[in-house]
Amino acid sequence: MGLAVLLLAIAFFLYRAAAPALHKLGWSFVYSSVWDPVQDIFGALPVVYGTVVSSFIAIIIATPLSIGVALFLTEIAPRRVGRVVGFLIEMLAAIPSVVYGLWGIFVLAPWLRTTVEPGLKTALGFLPFFQGPAYGVGMMAAGIILAIMITPTISSISREIFSAIPQPQREAALGLGATRWEMMRLAVLRSSKRGIAGAVILGLGRALGETMAVTMVIGNRHEISASFFAPSTTMASIIANEYSEATSDIHIAALVEVGLLLFAVTFIINSLARLFVSRSGNR
Amino acid sequence: MKKTLILFLIMTGAAQAANLINGAGATFPFPLYSKWFSEYQKIDANVQINYQSIGSGGGIRQFMEKTVDFGASDSPMSDEQLAKASVPIDHIPTVLGAVVLTYNVPGVEKGLKLSGDVIADIFLGKIAKWDDARIAKLNPGTKLTGDVLVVHRSDGSGTSGIFTDYLSKVSADWKSKVGTGTAVNWPVGLGGKGNEGVSGLVKQTPGSLGYVELIYAKNNNMAYATLKNKAGKFAEASTGSVTAAAAGALKNMPADFRVSITDAEGKDAYPISGFTYLLVWTRMPKEKGADIVKFLKWAVQDGQKFAEPLSYAPLPKALVTKVSAKINGIALE
Repeated sequence: MGLAVLLLAIAFFLYRAAAPALHKLGWSFVYSSVWDPVQDIFGALPVVYGTVVSSFIAIIIATPLSIGVALFLTEIAPRRVGRVVGFLIEMLAAIPSVVYGLWGIFVLAPWLRTTVEPGLKTALGFLPFFQGPAYGVGMMAAGIILAIMITPTISSISREIFSAIPQPQREAALGLGATRWEMMRLAVLRSSKRGIAGAVILGLGRALGETMAVTMVIGNRHEISASFFAPSTTMASIIANEYSEATSDIHIAALVEVGLLLFAVTFIINSLARLFVSRSGNR
Repeated sequence: MKKTLILFLIMTGAAQAANLINGAGATFPFPLYSKWFSEYQKIDANVQINYQSIGSGGGIRQFMEKTVDFGASDSPMSDEQLAKASVPIDHIPTVLGAVVLTYNVPGVEKGLKLSGDVIADIFLGKIAKWDDARIAKLNPGTKLTGDVLVVHRSDGSGTSGIFTDYLSKVSADWKSKVGTGTAVNWPVGLGGKGNEGVSGLVKQTPGSLGYVELIYAKNNNMAYATLKNKAGKFAEASTGSVTAAAAGALKNMPADFRVSITDAEGKDAYPISGFTYLLVWTRMPKEKGADIVKFLKWAVQDGQKFAEPLSYAPLPKALVTKVSAKINGIALE
């Protein structure tokens, strides 16, 4: 109850601070894509696109990786190894995001530029996602950094869920002649579907709001491009980039409106994900 | 126990005795300002100055809302902003900064030469190759190849403000299509966050051209281009050539010092530079105001000697006289 009031209060505060932009720009704020602070023209479509797509890439990479890690740690690895590796992975969550960003600039981006992106271009260049010049920094770098950052979240929750499954369930599966992989699929994964989905949603929440690391590697360009090599920008990073130096009232209001939009996008994606989970759970 | 209590009382008493002055604003002059504040405390132990380097925009906002006693900004306030002030505001120029073009062109370790119109066309995306005839003409005997990758600041900053102001002066096309501002709609290129973001991208990407503060480039031993100035001479960025630019602009200096000195006159002038300002009210309460006025005078006179060791360009001598007169005009009531 208190939480709902708090959420409403935040939304109301954002709405009030964004009011000048809401009145002046109207709906064009959501669907237009020019962002020109000099002429007070603000369109948020590219930043919404950048946020959603970079988080989506992160989820695509991080989900199978995290589930694999969690399965390995609970089902396959000897207990002592599991504890050490689990600890190391959780350590990843403790690294400050600016450090991820620096690592992204100095290690990940050059590697993407010289090795990964040219390779992808030759192998999958017929797809629009893998065309255009390779800068290293861009949507793909941001997606990969985010994937690394949310893997500890998803994997440690999944691990807790897997270890909560009663041992007899596994033994029953093995007793019916299942192989180890079949046992994991039938006895472990199937019964923890909802829990895994919850873990993924939590990871997605972090990816949508992550600011510093993404800003440092995404290239900060207000443009919608199909290619993952192209630079882009996100809602959180544009606020961090421009708020401290914004002086015109409409510019500040537009940035707050981006915050309001981020609030809305996060809310919508979370609700959709919950709906999806409860549907698939009933079946 | 008693002893600690007494000690505590003495300490809090001492803290109350000092006159606390709060300021906020520009990040660019922060290293010099913090040096000034600590040096000034040796002169007047009663005055303690706190400064938050939150950015020029934030500094102006907090100053206007009177949460701080003085503001600091890399670009002068606009007429529109000044009109909103309840009491007139003084701009006190403190030192000068410059913006340099840093590059990563294989085969050119240093000494790249550029001119204003060429830089503008590169940042507009009209010149996209290093072997363009206009670049070649400025650099005879140097072999340049490959694509140009433009790198700009993604965060709003005074550095971008000075740089875009320069481009607007040297290119009509830039002025009409992009304009001047701390954050603009860049036609091409990648955005890096802060000086470190831009320099990181430039270092990592062959063929790139970006801009950073002179101090940042110097401290990190980065190569930067020599620029053709208004007099047609090539000027290298240095504290000397920046002060020369300010001296060149002195003739037409308005009374409130709100002036752009990019593309300045003078054969030694470096073309991309600007003042950084402290913002104060022209009427201040007696006690605090007297402390602020005393500090300002010290900063523009004796304080200037701390500028050069930190790579800031000091104010030209003739300007110091004018600024001191302005500070004397602040009313204490």
